Amino acid sequence: MHELGITQEVVALVGEHCQGRQVRRVVLEIGKLSAVLPDAVRFCFDLCAEGTPAAGAELEIVVTPGRGRCRACRREVELDRPFGRCECGSTDLEWLAGDELRVRELELA
Amino acid sequence: MCKTAGDAAGGDGHAHNGHQHHHGKGAAHGHGHPEHGATVRIERDVMDRNDRLAEYTRGWLDGRGVLALNLVSSPGSGKTTLLERTVREFGPDRPLCVIEGDQETDFDTRRIRAAGARAVQINTGVGCHLDAAMVRRALADLDPPAGSVVFIENVGNLVCPALFDLGERAKVVICSVAEGDDKPLKYPHMFRAGRVLLLNKMDLLPYVPFQVERFLENARQVNPGLKVFPVSALHGDGLADWYDWLQQQAAPAQPAAA
Repeated sequence: MHELGITQEVVALVGEHCQGRQVRRVVLEIGKLSAVLPDAVRFCFDLCAEGTPAAGAELEIVVTPGRGRCRACRREVELDRPFGRCECGSTDLEWLAGDELRVRELELA
Repeated sequence: MCKTAGDAAGGDGHAHNGHQHHHGKGAAHGHGHPEHGATVRIERDVMDRNDRLAEYTRGWLDGRGVLALNLVSSPGSGKTTLLERTVREFGPDRPLCVIEGDQETDFDTRRIRAAGARAVQINTGVGCHLDAAMVRRALADLDPPAGSVVFIENVGNLVCPALFDLGERAKVVICSVAEGDDKPLKYPHMFRAGRVLLLNKMDLLPYVPFQVERFLENARQVNPGLKVFPVSALHGDGLADWYDWLQQQAAPAQPAAA
């Protein structure tokens, strides 16, 4: 359950960037291949935010899709789990997107 | 500009037209602030703090010519047994130290010391993985000598440790045949994160329904470049290849290639 530590880090980042103001909304980007469960982060968020500028803030999670490129034939492949197979048969895929774990923006009160 | 462009007065909207908004309990700002109610784009990676510290640690280790390896596996796969034997058999060639991560107890540290290496214990309590800050502190205690190898035995867990860079040169995954040949597909992040895999407890193969070929196929589906050493840490079979690999990695000016 690494989501607890990760959510604490999200709240810490929010605290660093909120200019001392109360935060209304936090937009968090979680890639589909990132090994972080959005529901688990959501579960932890209110608890972690308590007593910080993020207390009571709405957490918006944007899940970004996974995309890779086949190293054998250079074709792009959609990934909904952290491995896959290209049409050419190769499983050697370079990840292009989907492992993001990023606080995108804050809405300050 | 109260809100992001395009976001026309949200739920608790308090447009600035008549300036009749309220700020709840003592909001610490006066009027005349240009970005009131603003959306601030920050685009900050959540793992950034950990990853920067890990990068610092990597530089610190490189500067001393110390090879650090992060050993990851489920509980009971044989990490400590592997390390005990490695200390006894490879240790005479090169100074070895161990950072032991467990939720509780110093059992493993005692085992490693009894085998003849220096060790420090990290107890993570409820934590399910080591992070770069814990390892940084442990390295300060351990003070590994130049040219040594530091094994970081992570908390037994096939999920969380995959995400945390500790400053190691490589992650070494240990998986035992008793765990089942489907593990790479069930825990793909860990098998993807590893550079080397020790398939342990090969001596149990006659007694368990484990197909090595199927396991290798699954592992390579997740990580085509994974190097696999079938071993028995208990009896020592196959470990010569592991020691050769360690020797290559630890050699000076050896680039980090598996």
